[in-house]
Amino acid sequence: MAEDNGKESNGKKKDDKRSSSGVLPYADLGYWQPDYKPTHTNVLACFRIVPQPGVDPVEASAAVAGESSTATWTIVWTDKLTAYENYQGRCYKLEEVKGSDPKQYLAYISYEIDLFEEGSIPNMTSSIIGNVFGFKALKSLRLEDIAVPPGYLRTFDGPPNGIINEREMLNKYGRPLLGATVKPKLGLTPRNYGRVVYEALRGGLDFTKDDENINSQPFNRWRDRYLYCMEAVNRAMEDTGEIKGHYLNVTAKTQEDMYERANFAKELGSVIIMIDLTIGWTAMGSMSKWARANGMILHLHRAGHATYTRQKNHGVNFRVVAKWARMVGVDHIHAGTVVGKLEGDPAMTKGYYETCRADFNPVNKSIGHYFEQDWMHMPGVMPVASGGIHAGQMHQLLDYLGEDCVLQFGGGTIGHPMGIAAGAECNRVGLEAMIKARNEGRDFVKEGPDILKQAAKGSKALASALDIWGSVEFDYESTDVGDEEETEEVTPSSS
Amino acid sequence: MHITQGTFSYLPELSDDEITAQVKYGLENNWAPAVEFTDDPHPRNVYWEMWGLPMFDTEDPAEVVTEINNCRETHPDNYIRLTLYNPAITKMTTALQFIVHRPPNEPGFRLDRQETHDRTINYTLHPYTADKPHGQRYQDNSG
Repeated sequence: MAEDNGKESNGKKKDDKRSSSGVLPYADLGYWQPDYKPTHTNVLACFRIVPQPGVDPVEASAAVAGESSTATWTIVWTDKLTAYENYQGRCYKLEEVKGSDPKQYLAYISYEIDLFEEGSIPNMTSSIIGNVFGFKALKSLRLEDIAVPPGYLRTFDGPPNGIINEREMLNKYGRPLLGATVKPKLGLTPRNYGRVVYEALRGGLDFTKDDENINSQPFNRWRDRYLYCMEAVNRAMEDTGEIKGHYLNVTAKTQEDMYERANFAKELGSVIIMIDLTIGWTAMGSMSKWARANGMILHLHRAGHATYTRQKNHGVNFRVVAKWARMVGVDHIHAGTVVGKLEGDPAMTKGYYETCRADFNPVNKSIGHYFEQDWMHMPGVMPVASGGIHAGQMHQLLDYLGEDCVLQFGGGTIGHPMGIAAGAECNRVGLEAMIKARNEGRDFVKEGPDILKQAAKGSKALASALDIWGSVEFDYESTDVGDEEETEEVTPSSS
Repeated sequence: MHITQGTFSYLPELSDDEITAQVKYGLENNWAPAVEFTDDPHPRNVYWEMWGLPMFDTEDPAEVVTEINNCRETHPDNYIRLTLYNPAITKMTTALQFIVHRPPNEPGFRLDRQETHDRTINYTLHPYTADKPHGQRYQDNSG
């Protein structure tokens, strides 16, 4: 598609092309600038590009920069009414992924923050991933990572509470929080549902949770569910003297319905509500604002994310979704378990967790961080590990995921042979024993099974869990493997 | 009842040696130990009484255990907790907290339900001991 790959891309020449008609030669029009050095007012994006056969990778990358910023498919004279050089996306670096077939490239693209509305993730996503993913010249395209400069980051409110405030609100420190999703996720009537909540919380969990698809079905209307769940939460607080919570899912068909449900959750004294990623970035922003105004912890279930995050060659990497979620402002986000039933390479999952929690992410391709990201003290989001985990993996979970997270044992609590409260107790005992051993300086990863066995001497609930689940592992190969590939920079002369 | 606040409430009571090991871990992380006690264990009672100031300068875990034992001697009928505080930027919060002493008997809580409208209930958690003034709580337990 490059009509002219000429090297004489001086300003005059470009201007001439800009006003002549025809299909756009993106590279020549300023969307490919290998000498450009990004500045403190640039948003950066790294795309994994597979051009269609015969399409020059430089031209393809320039096209991505163009289509995600100012360009359309043809030359428009109205460009000349603008200071277009300020608004153009620029591909400033292109790397070939060695050994890839078909050939993959990593295109690094820079955008001026002028292109984005202050504090708006919907606007940022419409710009960066809005049109370009359907672009015909590309076989596939994946947004791997973004970097947000301080000037733009500071226009976002971030998490309504953040990890520190949440812990202080709940009066729980020094260990991961424990949760469980009520199971079966569909079918329980509100009264039965509340029983599961009560048993799990009185047994030792901090939180229970609605699942992503429990909203307000005929068998379980939201208002009744909220009433029974809050009875259960308060009974469990009476039994333990601890603060407890149930993530009341307020996901609904309209924003107005969500506000109605959230307000009722608040009236009942819930400390936490929940939304699904499927509600969209604008609705998430609205609920974040509501949560901030009402002192509520906001839990985000990443329902639907794998439709676009899972494939290595096309879509949006979850680390970008996590970054957007921290900016739009949620307090919890599901971010993978490593050892559980759902997708997740250990190094990549560690990268997601660091995106959620750290104050500064250095460049570290081994965990999928292509850019440095300074969070400027924006509070962290509590990552949630959920899906196929059990007490027997406690040492691995603590090792992979660290202390500031929520470990959610659904089946691992409710499926306990001695009952739900025993299931909760076994998780709490296992966790506390592991934290204690770690703090004592023991090699808790290596000695993990022994530490659990020792703790099980004081807890029949834990002993019984280790008997039945001790050997359950979900050991499948991840489709999203590490991104630490060997790359070679594509220079103007090599293209 | 057995109040399960704090990090290690589901384990057997920690011995002084085990407490020492946790303090050592805290000191290695530059966390400041503090001993606090209360006769109002409501989970939203944030400000327990301070047993002296947080020990910002201590380097010896044994000093901390000595203070815990002094506090136990003076307030045997109270809850006592050890807090390890992290003053680092982006933290400035409690890093670890656990109960190191309990009253001999823990009467626990009453759950008050105020029925309001449309089946909505306002819940209040009420520590049984809170009906008595500070200093007179748990007196029946000391025997």
